[in-house]
Amino acid sequence: MKQGLSLLLAVAWMTTGWAATEPYGYPITDRWQATVIGTPEQFKADLPDTIPKKKRRITIFEDREVPEPLWFDKDLRYFYALQKDPAPLIFLIAGTGVSYDGGKNNNMARAFYQAGFHVVSISSPTYMNFVVAASKTGVPGHVYRDAEDIYRVMERIWDKLQDRIEVTDFFVTGYSLGGLNTAFVTLLDEERQVFNFKKALLINPPVSLYNSISLLDRMLENIPGGVDNFDRFYNRLVEQIGKVYTRADSVSLNDEFLYKAFEAVNPDDEELAALIGVSFRISSANMTFTSDLMTNAGYIKPANMTFTKNTSPGDLQIVAHRLGFTDFFHTYFYTHEKKLQPGITRRELVDAMSLTEIEDYLKNSPKIEVMHNQDDIILAPGEIDFFPRVFGDRAKVYPRGGHLGNMEYRDNVDHMVRVFTQ
Amino acid sequence: MNITLKKFLPHALVLLAILSLGACSTAPVLPEGEEPLEPRFSADRVLIKGATTSADEISDPWEGFNRSMYRFNYRFDKYVFLPVVTGYQAITPDFMEKGIHNFFRNIQDITTLINSILQLSAEKTANTTVRLVVNSTIGILGFINVAHEVPRSDEDFGQTLGRWGVGPGPYLVLPVLGPSSLRDGTGTLVDAIVIKEIRNAALDLETWQEWTWDILRVIDLRAHVAFRYYETGSPFEYEWVRLLYTTKRQLDVER
Repeated sequence: MKQGLSLLLAVAWMTTGWAATEPYGYPITDRWQATVIGTPEQFKADLPDTIPKKKRRITIFEDREVPEPLWFDKDLRYFYALQKDPAPLIFLIAGTGVSYDGGKNNNMARAFYQAGFHVVSISSPTYMNFVVAASKTGVPGHVYRDAEDIYRVMERIWDKLQDRIEVTDFFVTGYSLGGLNTAFVTLLDEERQVFNFKKALLINPPVSLYNSISLLDRMLENIPGGVDNFDRFYNRLVEQIGKVYTRADSVSLNDEFLYKAFEAVNPDDEELAALIGVSFRISSANMTFTSDLMTNAGYIKPANMTFTKNTSPGDLQIVAHRLGFTDFFHTYFYTHEKKLQPGITRRELVDAMSLTEIEDYLKNSPKIEVMHNQDDIILAPGEIDFFPRVFGDRAKVYPRGGHLGNMEYRDNVDHMVRVFTQ
Repeated sequence: MNITLKKFLPHALVLLAILSLGACSTAPVLPEGEEPLEPRFSADRVLIKGATTSADEISDPWEGFNRSMYRFNYRFDKYVFLPVVTGYQAITPDFMEKGIHNFFRNIQDITTLINSILQLSAEKTANTTVRLVVNSTIGILGFINVAHEVPRSDEDFGQTLGRWGVGPGPYLVLPVLGPSSLRDGTGTLVDAIVIKEIRNAALDLETWQEWTWDILRVIDLRAHVAFRYYETGSPFEYEWVRLLYTTKRQLDVER
């Protein structure tokens, strides 16, 4: 009995001791909830409200012909925030379908600016403006060619900035697909050596791009009755949020309201998965239709049909939202790739679009680090083990956080900055 | 109707007429005599026959005009509106900016009060009355939002019409102000005229003072809307804005 008690005490002491040395305080344990909610206000890192951010436009291809409905996207938009004194410069690459000015890049910019970096923020190569203004082929998603597009953009922006600032070292980071991009940009830099990146950080990247897009496409199967019933799903969602909205005291649609709506609607994991699936489907539809307009490949739009500034997409918009990343991969991306590399098989293309393709480089390159979550929803079962195995102690894997849910959590922000300052 | 509005309206109508002339067909263009080539994924192949969507239910017969106006608004935003707002924010001390914002929200509460009464909503009428009285007196003409604990709502004449069964009618993109509908656009005009009439009855303002008021009001309005044209990254932005605006207004009417 006495032995049992002391054992219990010992266990209790050990667990508290463990908790004291290794506490991870990110509060949301459900991976789907974490992905959707993110980091509650009181757990966020303390960052400056404003930084001297300048939004700019730059022409990447002088002779680029832009389809009429996309007339406003001829130049690439980006932002920078510069220090007055000599400082290191960090490039930020956004995730799938997200702009240079999205919430996550803004938060990273605030964190790095506060830590004394010049910051340059770039859209994902899958973001409409990037596809239109900066993608050489107009077909995004190829890890090597996207890296070349991004590298070109970085060089052009650096051309504009180099007379104005003094840079001590160059760094690069990106989250989600931007993390995968970061790896291939760093690899390309070994060859080009324009920046000689001193360090690179991949934040929640996919291992195999194809596995991740398959998972994301499949999330829409959580819509009751499948994607054909999207409309009913949308109306029910609006109705539920509407109920909260019509009863709410205050009327602004801000984070606080959305959080209230979330609590009141109390969605289950299937509904959350459906919601995440919808959000990525919108990104995929945007990217696919934009690319189709750029290349005139006849994927959704009949190839001999021209859209004017006033053309209504009508049914084509709905078709675009019915097709997923994997449809894009098999019937558009692969077809396009075969023209450039005759004889390439689907399997080879799938394998090439992954971190495993450059495993040796990642293993032997001390400059590349990664941070990830054990329960990230964009990874297939077992894929998370790739990181500790290949990166060793350059991999930081958090026990929870879903896909980027903990990115604004203070420990995560600390670690992200420390990777570049140590 | 006061003098400036009388002067302004014909100009606005002429501008609208010119812009609507610039609006053309919303159909895609095909080479003479050709049939559309079958795309990889056609609507026939992908969609269930006869299925309608929420987006289909929105009436947009003036789409050509609306799209032209949407582009005009982007340019106006980019070259006039946003630079002015940025300049305004740069030269105005924060407390003054906040005060001016509160002042116009207090004026907006007059519109809300009138419409709450017209909607026969006792709760909104009571809350808004308290807000107006407290903020206009203790809050020094509304510059300080003393009654911030009292729930605030935004009720306009478009919602009042909706409350009594008037549907939104065709979607309409207004110059400068953006997404609206025939009903809501009419409501906006009615609310603006009423506020001007009240202002003229209560105050004896010089023309330049009226202009300052109106311009500040519009700048303050823009300063508090985060939306930026063509930043969504969607080739379907026009459609998304139309759907979300219509949905939001439907909820506003229901609240």
